[in-house]
Amino acid sequence: MSNSKLTTMQEAMARCVPSGSMIVLGTQLAQMIPFAAGHELIRQGKRDLTLVGPASDILFDQMIGAGCVSRVMASWIGNLTGGVGYCYRRAVEQQIPQRLDSVDYTNFTMALALHAAAMGVPFMPTYSTFGSDVGAKNGNLREFPSPVNEDKLIAVRALRPDVAIVHVQRADVFGNAHLWGSLGVAVDAARASRSTIVIAEEIVAPEVIASDPNRTLIAEFLVAAVVHEPFGAHPSPVQGYYGRDHAYFTQYHEQSRELDDFEQWLQRWVLRVAGRPEYMKRLGDCRVAELAVREHAYSAPADFGY
Amino acid sequence: MVHAEREHRITVALPAGTAASKEYSPTELMVIAGAREIADGEMVCVGMRLPMLAYLVAKRTHAPNAIGLYDNGIIRTTANTEPLHTVGDPANVSGATQCGQSIDVMGYLQQGRVQVGFLGAAEVDRFGNVNTMWGSGGGEAHRLPGSGGGCDIACLAQRSVVMIAHDRNRLRERVGHITAPGYGSGNGWREAHRLPARTGPSAIITDLGIMRFGSDGEAFLASIHPGVQVEQVLAATGWTLRVADALLDTSAPSVAELDAVRAVDPDHLWTR
Repeated sequence: MSNSKLTTMQEAMARCVPSGSMIVLGTQLAQMIPFAAGHELIRQGKRDLTLVGPASDILFDQMIGAGCVSRVMASWIGNLTGGVGYCYRRAVEQQIPQRLDSVDYTNFTMALALHAAAMGVPFMPTYSTFGSDVGAKNGNLREFPSPVNEDKLIAVRALRPDVAIVHVQRADVFGNAHLWGSLGVAVDAARASRSTIVIAEEIVAPEVIASDPNRTLIAEFLVAAVVHEPFGAHPSPVQGYYGRDHAYFTQYHEQSRELDDFEQWLQRWVLRVAGRPEYMKRLGDCRVAELAVREHAYSAPADFGY
Repeated sequence: MVHAEREHRITVALPAGTAASKEYSPTELMVIAGAREIADGEMVCVGMRLPMLAYLVAKRTHAPNAIGLYDNGIIRTTANTEPLHTVGDPANVSGATQCGQSIDVMGYLQQGRVQVGFLGAAEVDRFGNVNTMWGSGGGEAHRLPGSGGGCDIACLAQRSVVMIAHDRNRLRERVGHITAPGYGSGNGWREAHRLPARTGPSAIITDLGIMRFGSDGEAFLASIHPGVQVEQVLAATGWTLRVADALLDTSAPSVAELDAVRAVDPDHLWTR
């Protein structure tokens, strides 16, 4: 019988993500971004992290601004509502708060890099990025001749992060996770990484997971820790749990434009906050209630009987 | 992201009793022109902002059977009904036909199944190369968010459509960074760079007109929007823009098209 991997956010981040780690997060693109985990990493003063992901909306920007990151490997770093990520821009252009190595991908090549690692092969081939400066400037995208026809292709080197941090709707205490909605690269990211931390809106009995095995997209043997963290993806949405807090992204856009303002923002929303319950108090009951699901839309049951 | 904020508004004659305002903004016309690039039944890679609206307008007007593919893995045969801020908004998942992985949607793109993909751009040049990596408005280079799926769409979609506000600082002779490749430096460049056959940009849609590409890979002015003068377009373009011998007038929005734009962006979040 497996042992429970249920732990606190603090403990999971302290134990599984040492400074210097390569971590993949924000794997479901605009949905289910593990903001609570990112904020805990900032509070614990992690340094020299490599962030991997297609796009993590403003979470990458915040972690870069907080000084946790020395390298980012991503296809899009900014603010989906506001456009530019100002901390990212300051880091790339002015080395504030420190030098940042930015390795640019595209959404497809990032997905392929994780897929290659998930498949246990050194690269995946593609026709994308030919002729682009993205391909020309990223040493992990290399042209090679096809061994089976006359084509040339791009080999996308496998990326094997130390840790995947994936926010899901529900999981059991062993790490078997149900997730749905926008999947992005979540499944490959978990398989590609040496270990996975599952952050769940709800902890459910193993029988609930086994009742719908097609929805189990992360299996327990990949998982090092399970954290129960309701509202842990705010301000990004979780399908069936809460909506996207658009105003929060707009406010962050305004308050990260200047360095001083960003530092105040970081104090107020991250450094002087003990954890998600306190963070939610800062948001206020009213705002939290506004983001609640207005109309539930349950899937039809699938019959797994025989 | 910079949007067209030109203040000229145009009045068109509409039948009495329609709900739509008789006026439309240049951005609304851009969205409608984008929608017209989608044929019924086509598979469309949909990005954010104006391209997403263009797809939704096409679905509500002449292309009800167009299929929308989103780079987070969502595939929709029916359009979402609520306005979206991101393609990952819960309203885009609810009622979707399929929610797969990014790699599934990108696989369809690479197979050549996707007829048209849309690209937002900070800058585009005379050969349709798009820059979303380094902006140089005002002379100083500024780091922008990056490719997202733009490079993949530009490499792999049968046709790609660039939507951008017409400004000579943004429509440049040459972009400083080819984030999403168009026709490179012209003639035969895509073939030489091993990009798949029958791919490449088909149009640049701005708030002033529509540019298309000659067989040499260079953009030319193909259609001009109502109330816009050719000289105005040339002055707002950062290279000597060729003009089609048979220059078309972009049709003013129909009532149905305007109604559709306002239904999908009722608060004018993207269409000012």
